[in-house]
Amino acid sequence: MSTRLADHGRLIDRTKAVEFTFNGKRLKGFQGDTLASALLANDQLLVGRSFKYHRPRGIVAAGPEEPNALVGLGLGGRFEPNQRVTTTELFDGLSARSQNHWPSLEFDIGAVNKMMSRFFPAGFYYKTFMFPRAAWKHLFEPVIRGAAGLGKAPSARDADRYEYFYAHVDVLIVGGGIAGLAAALAAGKTGAKVLLVEQTADWGGRALVDGVEIDVKPAAEWVAKTLKALNSMENVSIRTRTMGAGVYDHGYALAYERLSDHAPETTGPRHRLWRIRAARIVTATGAIERPLSFAGNDIPGVMLAGAVRDYALNYGVSVGDRTVVVTNNDDAYLTAIALARAGLNVPAIIDARSKATGELPEKARKLGIRVETGKAIGKVIGSKRVQAVTLAAQAGEGATLEEIKCDAVAMSGGWSPVVHLWSHCGGKLNWDEDQAMFRPDPARPPLGKDGSGFVIAAGTANGHLAAAPAMMDAYAAGKRAAAEAGHKAAEGGAAPVAKSESQDRIEPVWLMPQGAAYKLRAKTWLDFQNDVKVSDVQLAALEGYESVEHTKRYTTLGMASDQGKLSNINGLGILAHSLNAEIPAVGTTTFRPPYHPISFGAIAGEARGGLFKPVRQTPLHDWHQKNGAHWEPVADWRRPYCYQRDGEIVKQAVTREILNTRQNVGLLDASTLGKIIVKGPDAGRFLDMLYTNMMSNLGIGKCRYGLMCNENGFLFDDGVVARLTDDSFLCHTTSGGADRVHAWMEEWLQTEWWDWKVYTANVTEQYAQIGIVGPKARQVLEAMGVKGIDLSAEKLPFMTFAEGSIAGIQARPYRISFSGELSFEVAVAASEGRAFWDAALEAGREFGIQPYGTEALHVMRAEKGFIMIGDETDGTVIPQDLGLHWAISRKKADFLGKRAQLRSYMQDPDRKQLVGLKTEDPEVVLPDAAHAVEGPKRENGMENIIGHVTSTYYSPTLGHSIAMGLIKGGSRRMGEVLEFPVAKDRVIRATVVDPVFLDKEGIRQDV
Amino acid sequence: MLILTCPYCGIDADETDLAPGGEAHVTRHGADASDDDFEAYLFHKRNPRGVHFERWRHVYGCGKWFHAARDTMTLEVFGTYPAQTLVPPKTLQTKIKKKRPDWKGFKK
Amino acid sequence: MSEAVSALNGAEFNGAVRISEAGLLGMITLRGDLEDAKLAAAVKAAVGLAMPAKRGVRDGKKGSVAWMSPDELLLMLPYAGADQTVARLDKSLEGVHHLAVNVSDARAVFHLEGRGLREVIAKGSPADLSSMGLPVGEVRRTRLGQVAVAFWLSDEDHLTLICFRSVGAHVFAWLKNAAAEGTLPEFLG
Repeated sequence: MSTRLADHGRLIDRTKAVEFTFNGKRLKGFQGDTLASALLANDQLLVGRSFKYHRPRGIVAAGPEEPNALVGLGLGGRFEPNQRVTTTELFDGLSARSQNHWPSLEFDIGAVNKMMSRFFPAGFYYKTFMFPRAAWKHLFEPVIRGAAGLGKAPSARDADRYEYFYAHVDVLIVGGGIAGLAAALAAGKTGAKVLLVEQTADWGGRALVDGVEIDVKPAAEWVAKTLKALNSMENVSIRTRTMGAGVYDHGYALAYERLSDHAPETTGPRHRLWRIRAARIVTATGAIERPLSFAGNDIPGVMLAGAVRDYALNYGVSVGDRTVVVTNNDDAYLTAIALARAGLNVPAIIDARSKATGELPEKARKLGIRVETGKAIGKVIGSKRVQAVTLAAQAGEGATLEEIKCDAVAMSGGWSPVVHLWSHCGGKLNWDEDQAMFRPDPARPPLGKDGSGFVIAAGTANGHLAAAPAMMDAYAAGKRAAAEAGHKAAEGGAAPVAKSESQDRIEPVWLMPQGAAYKLRAKTWLDFQNDVKVSDVQLAALEGYESVEHTKRYTTLGMASDQGKLSNINGLGILAHSLNAEIPAVGTTTFRPPYHPISFGAIAGEARGGLFKPVRQTPLHDWHQKNGAHWEPVADWRRPYCYQRDGEIVKQAVTREILNTRQNVGLLDASTLGKIIVKGPDAGRFLDMLYTNMMSNLGIGKCRYGLMCNENGFLFDDGVVARLTDDSFLCHTTSGGADRVHAWMEEWLQTEWWDWKVYTANVTEQYAQIGIVGPKARQVLEAMGVKGIDLSAEKLPFMTFAEGSIAGIQARPYRISFSGELSFEVAVAASEGRAFWDAALEAGREFGIQPYGTEALHVMRAEKGFIMIGDETDGTVIPQDLGLHWAISRKKADFLGKRAQLRSYMQDPDRKQLVGLKTEDPEVVLPDAAHAVEGPKRENGMENIIGHVTSTYYSPTLGHSIAMGLIKGGSRRMGEVLEFPVAKDRVIRATVVDPVFLDKEGIRQDV
Repeated sequence: MLILTCPYCGIDADETDLAPGGEAHVTRHGADASDDDFEAYLFHKRNPRGVHFERWRHVYGCGKWFHAARDTMTLEVFGTYPAQTLVPPKTLQTKIKKKRPDWKGFKK
Repeated sequence: MSEAVSALNGAEFNGAVRISEAGLLGMITLRGDLEDAKLAAAVKAAVGLAMPAKRGVRDGKKGSVAWMSPDELLLMLPYAGADQTVARLDKSLEGVHHLAVNVSDARAVFHLEGRGLREVIAKGSPADLSSMGLPVGEVRRTRLGQVAVAFWLSDEDHLTLICFRSVGAHVFAWLKNAAAEGTLPEFLG
């Protein structure tokens, strides 16, 4: 059984007990424990079930590479699934629940999948769930969805706070082991701005477990001294609990800081996502141990040798009383020695190599540990716990030579440098035959903006598994990184000298024993989390999957949340062997960020709730809010759709607003309308190019409606242009289009006609623009008190503007109308918008003034047959389609879109053209976007669609429904009745009519 | 996440402060263009593997359009320059040629 | 004029730094050839200041002037004087191609005060907020979260930030959130 030892445990504080629960059971650990070490201390070997077969699984590793031990952590707003127990620091009150089982961890129904494992081979999903189609919906999908998925999604709103932080440094160093510390020291001494991040809470990494000496002293002393030195350097920042998550183009890196995961009640952000720009990035990310592939290697109690050592020395936890060590290298002997010295029993070291005569094996023998060379584990015996292993010849098929009783197995298949960050942005790898691992190729680093490499791998992550060369490499890397960032190394900075026990050569072992029979291979796990076995990868190879990327997707090898940190190289070894190819020829799958899963909260940062998206508010926003506004998003703006009065439903409010505006007078907040000033000697010429009609001949004080097309000829914005002075115009745009149109103008001015003398300024938000609309509009303005403006139809006729004072406020009323009524759109300074609005309401009371929203505006413009950009246009519509020929100049030699509108396709008389639609039943309103169909069905069984509805409303003014639509050859179809099938048995019939439903002569607006 | 130096305000701008604008040095063909010229102007854009000239706008910054010469494979930036030119500066072309001897040179 | 109200009517917040909306401020966008001596003279007449260097901002008794782009300045002065100043600029620049326009009401202006203000901004802007990256007296136009802003430090403890008026409420909420007590990473020193 696993238990707490009486001594050891450099990271725990035995004087500080911590209580936590696992599946509701109250357990005790110590401060400094991870959840993993605390669970093991409580003999909780079984921590979860696997994804596919629901096999019992235990903790395998001691770091982020852990594939099995995922739990749901926390409660309510702090619940989070799929958290690794190995990277979870223990705190008082921690609550964890295991996953992937029903009804309980101990007794799981899904484990029957295990008995069906022969039916779940590689590619199972692809092969099985193909036909019949109906089975998908009713059988396969519900079953798969029920059984699949890791953990449960949280249901409560996240209670924590998250944020970003942008940092710019010369050198970013990832990894706080001795290599990272040495690199930081070397870089820091040059004066370069250095940021060193370490994913765990502690500095020093494996060196402190593995008995490394630095400068003839225990590594811990050097680590303490170095931290002190780094902390005293103003140019160096060091941060624990901060993981280098990803490396991207041009020295961009993400680091994931976990500030309060270990102390959830503290204030401040839970996670901070660092967005770092670094001239150079040093990856000192160490190495990860590989499992060995033998039958039953997934049974709880089988663990990586390094992890067994970590638990014993860092946390004072023994994984078992009798631990068999199985290895193909010398490093695992450190575990056997550590366990023996801790007074635990190591019945045997099973070494696949034919001989083991190095410093460490000899030391183990001296301690009286039995060393079996040329041997393998045949299989592990046990189900929820290891009970024994069988000893077999590595060269054979797995015949049992002996059964060795044990309750834990410490395995080591060698170490793989953590090359993820090196590889994220294109750094290439070499296969190191001697050490049986991929390591960064210094000649092919990821390239930065100046074309030189910007990532430098250092220490173990660079393939130096022994402490001495790792230290030298890392120190040099730090120096080099700083120099390349423009900081020359200071004099006299020699690398610290590290020393560790020497190790003999590894012998790669991809399968144990090498001739293992199918029955064993089918129980030999490569990917623990995704339940991929040796036999699956072999089957994939047999079925023709040669590319490692295809094999990955076919078998799901390396696709789990650990992204194959343990499984990839072993899987690759098996695949290469099956294909009779060399490992480097097969290659690795692509390493993609993040290195280790990061929280969605960190990715979202502050952009949630009220800060999710910036909402643009007009100067009258607060008034609208207080007066019943039913909001509608219009681009990034919020505009009142209508103003609901007590007891009114939305539809009633809209109807009331329309009728009141048509009969009395309405008040509209039109501030969102885009307003761009265009000024200069060439302003007229410039606008002639931008608009389809002529603007240069517009008289001062006059307004003209204009259309803007892109070079494809398609209409993308419209609005009224006012000529302010001889050389300046004010261009109104759509509410959503102001920024786009302004950018469009600047683009042409800067990149095509840069010799034209024109300046523009987007003054959209300088003004509150308030429409006073309706037959009594003039009376309202007069009642407000007008100075310096003659509002009469003669002096201020339709499509003109004037400037003066209204209600004591400097104002510019435009006689423009989007409703067909007498209308004054009055621009005042935004800061005085509210005062003007209040004055209009006050003065308008006797005339029955009421504010109206965007829906009333839409209905009224549709009654008049006015188009709306985005309704009648969709990026494929030219003005001619909309019957707007009158707004397209024939005189101008050129304008943007002119040439495109001459293309044959644009001239086709059968293009979709705008028409009005009047339903046979006046009470029936066509659904928006309803299709018009005609004639027999097409070959594929689909209706022959000839067009669609673009705007559709019930007109309270006219007492019947109105609609506009784009219909093929529509202008020739006046009087035709079209069919709109809107449901299986329902067709709406509508007659093609003129799109102007109200006051075609324009008498109402021109008074 | 590129960094491009805005030649107008001199800022090393983060990609999120910029807006891309496609191929640079495209000649506009207007109302009197032939069908072929107009089609080429609208639709035939280069997308080379290697040296490429692009338009960018420092949209969150000074608002100016500029050009960037960039390797689309390695993302190396050879240089940036103002947009008010019909061809890349000679010195930049020389620099690129030196770094990429295989480059066939700038073609309109 | 007495009824004019700025975007947030002088709202304030005290957190890791102090944030206040500046209230009504006169602002004029002036576009033109910044090398032109006539333009420089007009600026001098308007706010009493010489032409700022590239990305520079100058403060004086009559107002301030900030370099916004190679052909654009932002003049700042008391709110009430903006329209007259635009008229004066137009007059003195007659015959010189330029654009002067009052944008006082189109913006929201915030003052940040306190030691951590660089870190508050660095939570949302990809710009380098270190003292090397943004020296005192230099304007940076960039984004803050999802919106466009411009800001500069007049000294280490004082920063002015300008955004569009319509997103003023959003930016204020954003700044309050970023400046919550106990949330600064203490990286920029």
